[in-house]
Amino acid sequence: MSPPTDGAGQRVLVTGASGMLGAAVADLLAGRGWDVTVMQRRPAGGRHREVLGDVRDKDAVERAVAGQDAVVHLAAKVDVVGPWMDFVRVNATGTRHVVEAVRRAGAGRLVQVSSPSVAHTGRSLAGAGAGPASPMRARGSYARTKAAAELFALMADSPADGLVVTAVRPHLVWGPGDTQLVGRIAERARQGRLALVGPGTALVDTTYVDNAAEAVVAALERIEDARGEAFVVTNGEPRPVGELVAAICRAVGAPPPRLHVPRAVTWGLGAAVEGAVAISERVDRLPTITQPPLTRFLAEQLSTAHWFDQRRTREVLGWQPRVSIDEGLERLAGHARR
Amino acid sequence: MTEPSTPPLAQRVHGPAGRAVTDPPGLPGRELPGLDPAWSRVVVAPDAEGTPRHWHVLDTGPLLHERGEQVVATLLCVHGNPTWSYLWREVLTQAPPGWRVVAVDQLGMGWSERTAEPRTLPQRVDDLDALAATLGLHGAGPVALLAHDWGGPVGLGWALRHVPDLLAVVLTNTAVHQPAGSAPPAVIRLARAPGLLAQVCRRTPLFVRATTALSVPPLPRRVRAAYAAPYATPGRRAAVADFVADIPFEDDHPSRAALDAVADGLGALADVPALLVWGPRDPVFGQRYLDDMLRRLPHADVQRYPGASHLVLEDRPQGVGVVWRWLEQRLGRGPGTGGDGPGARRVVPEDPVGDVARVPVRVDVTRPDQVAVVEMGAGRRSVTFAELAARVEDVARGLAARGVRTGDRVAVLVPPGIELTTLVYALWRLGAVVVVADAGLGLGRLGTALRSAGPRHVVGIGTALALAAATRVPGQRLRVEPGGAELDALADEGRTAYPDLPEEGALGGDADGAVLFTSGATGPPKGVVYTRERLGAQVALLRDTFGLGLGDALVAAFAPFALYGPALGLTGVVPDMDVTAPHTLTAAALADAVDAVGATAVFAAPAALRNVVATAGELDGHRRTVLAGPRLVLSAGAPVPVALLRQVQELLPAARTHTPYGMTEALPVTTLDPTTLGPADDAGVCVGGPVPGVTVGIVPLDADGTPAEDLVTDSGVLGEIVVRGPHVKHRYDRLWTFQEASDRPRGWHRTGDVGHLDGQGRLWVEGRLAHVLSTPAGPVTPYAVEERLRDLPGVADVAVVGVGPTGTQQVVVVVVPTRRGGPLARLTGAPRGPRVLAPAELSDAVRAAAAVPVAAVLLRDWLPVDVRHASKVDRGELARWAAGVLHGRPLRERLADVVRDRPPRTRSR
Repeated sequence: MSPPTDGAGQRVLVTGASGMLGAAVADLLAGRGWDVTVMQRRPAGGRHREVLGDVRDKDAVERAVAGQDAVVHLAAKVDVVGPWMDFVRVNATGTRHVVEAVRRAGAGRLVQVSSPSVAHTGRSLAGAGAGPASPMRARGSYARTKAAAELFALMADSPADGLVVTAVRPHLVWGPGDTQLVGRIAERARQGRLALVGPGTALVDTTYVDNAAEAVVAALERIEDARGEAFVVTNGEPRPVGELVAAICRAVGAPPPRLHVPRAVTWGLGAAVEGAVAISERVDRLPTITQPPLTRFLAEQLSTAHWFDQRRTREVLGWQPRVSIDEGLERLAGHARR
Repeated sequence: MTEPSTPPLAQRVHGPAGRAVTDPPGLPGRELPGLDPAWSRVVVAPDAEGTPRHWHVLDTGPLLHERGEQVVATLLCVHGNPTWSYLWREVLTQAPPGWRVVAVDQLGMGWSERTAEPRTLPQRVDDLDALAATLGLHGAGPVALLAHDWGGPVGLGWALRHVPDLLAVVLTNTAVHQPAGSAPPAVIRLARAPGLLAQVCRRTPLFVRATTALSVPPLPRRVRAAYAAPYATPGRRAAVADFVADIPFEDDHPSRAALDAVADGLGALADVPALLVWGPRDPVFGQRYLDDMLRRLPHADVQRYPGASHLVLEDRPQGVGVVWRWLEQRLGRGPGTGGDGPGARRVVPEDPVGDVARVPVRVDVTRPDQVAVVEMGAGRRSVTFAELAARVEDVARGLAARGVRTGDRVAVLVPPGIELTTLVYALWRLGAVVVVADAGLGLGRLGTALRSAGPRHVVGIGTALALAAATRVPGQRLRVEPGGAELDALADEGRTAYPDLPEEGALGGDADGAVLFTSGATGPPKGVVYTRERLGAQVALLRDTFGLGLGDALVAAFAPFALYGPALGLTGVVPDMDVTAPHTLTAAALADAVDAVGATAVFAAPAALRNVVATAGELDGHRRTVLAGPRLVLSAGAPVPVALLRQVQELLPAARTHTPYGMTEALPVTTLDPTTLGPADDAGVCVGGPVPGVTVGIVPLDADGTPAEDLVTDSGVLGEIVVRGPHVKHRYDRLWTFQEASDRPRGWHRTGDVGHLDGQGRLWVEGRLAHVLSTPAGPVTPYAVEERLRDLPGVADVAVVGVGPTGTQQVVVVVVPTRRGGPLARLTGAPRGPRVLAPAELSDAVRAAAAVPVAAVLLRDWLPVDVRHASKVDRGELARWAAGVLHGRPLRERLADVVRDRPPRTRSR
């Protein structure tokens, strides 16, 4: 195993650095001596050199990548609903733009930040490894386009081209300032609208944001060992989803969910909601639904187990999660009190 | 090796209509599942009369030759009727390097040439011999035989001509003899019935089809079609009928002499290793043919697959791997052989018996006039050592007069007492093998256990004999009731007939002495064979460990050890109780038994002790005084709480309370008086140090929780407990694979328990190997975690199980709270819906105390316990339940659970 290399002034581009994980990755890289440039659509006002641009714009990507030694690609469309083509353009085509640009610029190293959902076909995953990404069988637009993106990235790994690629799949990243998981749970709970799907006993893995960021950086710094492969990253502490949601509610000072909706009902509701979303997207006069209460994908995610075998990830990346779930919850509570 | 010749296929027509040989010998016309066309060849060899015949054989020889591989040994496979060499396709597929496998199609069978006249057994043996010679099998290195059905007599007939070259013999569901006093298989009798033979075997493919329909589980349709492929027309099936007609049931049958010659000749194979792989559910060659074969090849290793049928290697495909592993060991290759030379039988590297003096298993008559056995109760009876010894001699002769022979297996189903003691010592006197099963196994399993041992005789009380009949246990029946009337008759017979008994010294120590059965908490009970020498060693160990000797007297409320009293010259007293139901022993009955002989030791099961303590209030002054006599209380069979032992000590103030640790395969291993232990700081339960003569080792577990090969004796290392000693089982009965797995390293017994040794050499047991969790951080034993959680507030009972795949399992804690769930929870065992998750306060407390990462804390109203012990948590069942809750399951499985998940008869606590 080659020793981890720290930045030593090398230049790295981080796309999608306005998100919680992207920002954490950029900060961590800068702290380890990397010369960080971030790329996103709107000014984020961070402390890193900033390039404004959209991954859908091939030229903008080329300009940003030029002169970099490495790229960490996080920019993605992560909504649970939305027009299919939007997902394709951002996640699949956008990643191809990044891969092409890296190859042309001779930047050398690419860490594709992916998602375990690219290999999740809807069945329970218990102690699963990193299965192959499957654009055909993954569930939902996000997962399918991210699966295609991961394949584009890993296929580009080639010693002949001098291009080294790895993929990291952090699972359910959360932490202070998280607008996706924690934010939605807290908001719904405060409105009294938070319901659990099924009994809430499904065992799910999650990842505290600092751990995920460290894993992404570890993947970049040990990329010679990790090349050509995808690694699921989690805290390695699966919990029943009901227990986790309740704990997050407690941490942010919101009432815990009291409502449990049977699985079959949520499935039906999810289907109905998706129908409504699709109609709202197509009929011009209707307001487009962007924050639907439920989809089938979400219902499935919340009612089936998905936790992962972390042994290979930890061995290859030489990484361990440093913040336990309990400690993460305390940090979340501390952040909420501020 | 002779090159195969494939001359133009002669189309010949012989014989009367219906036997027309219009189909040329040749190769299977199409690809058949599992059969590599490259194996098939046609060989011309002379038959018994010298006529050249076209044989179809499967032969890996040419392929080995092509690859430049040296042939180390050859396996000749002979099929029966109505199959063909297709039967052995997996054997060819899995052949290890260096093995040439030749599987023949007998003449008239498979794709070999059809003959004008039926072939008889002696002809077939000659045919095979000539073919083997043509194929270059003779004098060219070691050969082994693998045969099935009527391929057995044919193959053995060939093998007996080549004993010097014979490496080994493997037989599967076959026979060389119709056991006396039993009818031929009904299936064959039916097929032989006049007028039916032709219809069943030749004119219709019924016999061909019926044979492949026997398999359990059923064979795939394509495989059945492949078996039938060479028997498509009546003309091609002629030999199927001939084969059935050639079975010599009658004394004047033309093949009779040849079959008897093979059967009688098997004695010549005494030095040739043999393996019998059997499916006892075979309507043709079932269990009794296995028993018969074992009498002829007593040295054979046996792998019996309960539930498997006639085509045993089809029903249990893993059997092919077993055959190869066994054959490789005969060549001195393969794992665990330690480089034995070719043909070497398994040898234990060192004498495990060491210096321990063995006690012969016979009545000690040093004190002839002292009482040997006393039966308490209304009609109190007793015998002296002299009386017992004389009666043993008479009964032994009586049994011999009834046909019990040295080496015969005899199931004994008689309650403890004078009659049982007499019978067991009489059988040992005869050199017979005592088969003992515990009524606690339950009816069905008792029957399964006894059937697997294949006793030649069953001696028992009336109800036991009825039970044996109901569960189809084989063997001649002999009724013996307590009270001794039947034994009197038997003893009289013995005195009158006075048949010869073997000289006492002539009975070898390495002959089998007893077959006992494991409780079989998981799977069917396993037979455990003790040689006479090992029984003697166990007697000696008990004597030395507990300082028992002449003058001691013991209360035998616990059967296993009680039988050894007479061998040690100890007086034994059976208290007034139902010995098969330990909890019927009262304090008064115990005191009376102690009083009767001045007992110095008490052997009693934990349940018996519990009832003694519970009924102590009924004791009067005299009985209380009497209980101050015994200096030892011995209890085993289930965990004994220290609190109970302290209560026992209050009643029997002079007694040490020992709880030996051991199992059916090795007892005792260690012993300890738990009341002398200080507060425990190690994980698990301390069971004390090894008893004199016994060595305990630990086989460390790897990251996946799998035990390694090498053992250590270092303290603090967690691993599987392995035991070595003079009294450890000789082998598992007719379960070669279990024996191989448990006898590692050679001469050690793998207990299936995990634990560690401490700095003082004491053993700490941490549960069953099968229950060890293999987490990403390494193996975790449930006992250790449970002990840390047991005293948490709100916890009435707790069990730890793992969910997820090996190596990355997550720890799940299942708690029975002190405040139980509602009526529904009591019915189904667990709260439904979200309430199955423990409340936050409880799960936080559990996580804080567990010292290992805990994924989930679940609630149940009671824990499932295993049927057999009614005291041990059924962790397998609990883990399945937890995985279902935490992983989500298809609706179908959840519905099945509702049906199955009803409360067991006995719940924990």
